[in-house]
Amino acid sequence: MSSETGKILTTDGIPLEESLKQSEKKNKIKAFLLVAPLLLFLIITYMIPIGDMFSRSIDDKMVTNMLPKTYKAMENWDGKELPPEEVFEAFYLDYKILVKNKTAGKLQTQLNYEKNGFKSVLKKLARKQKKFGEGNYKEQIMKVHKRWRNVEYWRAIKRRAPSYTYSKYLKGIDMYSNEDGKIVQVTEDRRIHRILWIRTVEVAFFVTLFCFLMAYPIAHLLATLPMKYSNLLMICVLLPFWTSLLVRTASWMILLQQQGIVNDFFVWIGLVADDNRPEMMYNKTGTYVAMTQILLPFMVLPLYSVMKTISPSLMRAGKSLGATPATAFFKVYFPLTIPGIGAGCLLVFILAIGYYITPALVGGASGTLISNQIAYHMKSTLDWSFASAMGLMLLTGVLVIYWIYNKLVGVDNIKLG
Amino acid sequence: MALPKYTEPHYRIWHYFYLFVCGCVFFFLIAPLFVIFPLSFNAEEFLVFTDGMKRLDPDAFSLRWYNDMIYGTKNPWGLAARNSFIIAIFATLGSIILGTLAALGLSSRHMPYKGLIMAILISPMIVPLIISGVAIFFFMAKVGLAATHLGIILAHIILGTPFVVITVTATLSGFDHSITRAASSLGSSPYNTFMKITLPLILPGVISGGLFAFVTSFDEVVVVLFLAGLDNTTIPIQMWTGLREQLSPTILAVATCLIVLSVLILVTAELLRRRSERLRGINR
Repeated sequence: MSSETGKILTTDGIPLEESLKQSEKKNKIKAFLLVAPLLLFLIITYMIPIGDMFSRSIDDKMVTNMLPKTYKAMENWDGKELPPEEVFEAFYLDYKILVKNKTAGKLQTQLNYEKNGFKSVLKKLARKQKKFGEGNYKEQIMKVHKRWRNVEYWRAIKRRAPSYTYSKYLKGIDMYSNEDGKIVQVTEDRRIHRILWIRTVEVAFFVTLFCFLMAYPIAHLLATLPMKYSNLLMICVLLPFWTSLLVRTASWMILLQQQGIVNDFFVWIGLVADDNRPEMMYNKTGTYVAMTQILLPFMVLPLYSVMKTISPSLMRAGKSLGATPATAFFKVYFPLTIPGIGAGCLLVFILAIGYYITPALVGGASGTLISNQIAYHMKSTLDWSFASAMGLMLLTGVLVIYWIYNKLVGVDNIKLG
Repeated sequence: MALPKYTEPHYRIWHYFYLFVCGCVFFFLIAPLFVIFPLSFNAEEFLVFTDGMKRLDPDAFSLRWYNDMIYGTKNPWGLAARNSFIIAIFATLGSIILGTLAALGLSSRHMPYKGLIMAILISPMIVPLIISGVAIFFFMAKVGLAATHLGIILAHIILGTPFVVITVTATLSGFDHSITRAASSLGSSPYNTFMKITLPLILPGVISGGLFAFVTSFDEVVVVLFLAGLDNTTIPIQMWTGLREQLSPTILAVATCLIVLSVLILVTAELLRRRSERLRGINR
């Protein structure tokens, strides 16, 4: 093919190589333009807001912006002894504006997070500062409340000087940075978040395990039965899959209530006494039972689609070569189903770790998970930066699991039944 | 699954045990749904089977909760149902259009950075819903779409498109691209080729993806809880509030209607799946 001219030309006189490259490029742009609308839409409405959650979670400009003069004056203060007169004056001027604009409440709340008891001190100052005279603010402020003589309170103000903070993340794992700037644990009776994290992982793990143990036999049965039976049984898996989550949770609430059918059955077979019916809802039991049933189809479907492709002759070959059915199963069949197990477990674990609705309805106090805490801070305490911080910690966990799974098993096409 | 005659007794026992376990699991999966049916026809206000119901006494059954659901004065189910359908239909249409276009681009072999883009497109499916809810709420609040229908529809498009992308990409994986080239070489415009050749062939995938998107939207409560105002209440929100406050038989009547709806969706999805398998020439 190598001609004397060196290059093969198309009919237009352009070298073929160049012409091919051009059309490649055109095709690339065409393909990208098709994807672009959705990609842009998701980036704007979804990816950037998730990034926004991060800046919200570390943002601490509020106090910084409320006390601009104070922080400027504090720059030269080493924090060892009481601050000099300039700082007192600057603080008085900043605080006066806040009281006038009726935004002093926010500062009081924020500084109270930093040092307990700050709120009452500041409130008293808000009332008294109207009668302050010119000059010597240090004396005047210290006269209002003796705590202003305590350097700890001034250090607390100084700690809020940076516009960024990672304190919300520390709070999420029950830690905080104390007066000396050291990171320490909160007192034992206030360590609530760590319990929630552990419980969330525990529930997700056991729900995944239960789902696996229950799904494996029925996926096997569905994959090996003749079509006309398996189609009928498949409905038992698909109908719950397509049914509203709330409907299924509602049915568990009916079944598990104290006068419910499950308790009736236990009484009838004599397992429990009629007057001593166990509480099966509003605790962990309820969460486990309901979540397992709700997430079971997500385990069955990937397992089924993998098992369907395994030829039954493999097991027969194993047996004819002298393996017992158990050996044939564990050496031949089981290893072949691992991609399905991986996909199912990943799906169920990720869904379970972020579960919100079912635990909130049947979980009670001892069955709530980290998602419930996030929702609580979003809707009740309105501490959105803390909710964002916890959400991102959860997201990081999920992404790590996803990454590990990808390394171990490989993310093939996710199959949906 | 009849066992061969030569099966040894202990394997026979093992086999029956296995069938028994499978039976129990199937029962565990499906039985809870059937509790709702009879109780929604309960004449009493209690959520337990009354003695009359156990005797199948006709007087113990009634339609009063269905009546309450439709005509009850303080029941917001009518508004909720209307909102739910409007939101779900528009969210489904949006998901189908955006998702199908993206899937067409993704399955082109010229597509650059395929893995990364696919990861971004299906991320709303992997990220826990509560986090999606918080992020989407921040966005909608910023652009002033919180507590509007449009905001909820956009949020549901975000959650629904991954399903369309996945199902349509799967359908396109068995697609013979030479037929579209044949159409082009015969003088068909790209638009014409898409409408007359590609779309009819990938339609089962598109519709089943659309069904997923519809169900996702129709059943979605976490994100809506953040976004909805009083005027945008949906069926899931009403059920959520009802279940939190007091489990009333009216909720069971609604639940029964939802189960009937999901049976219809299941049948449609199954028929589509079989059709698409037949078209792709997969015969089992």
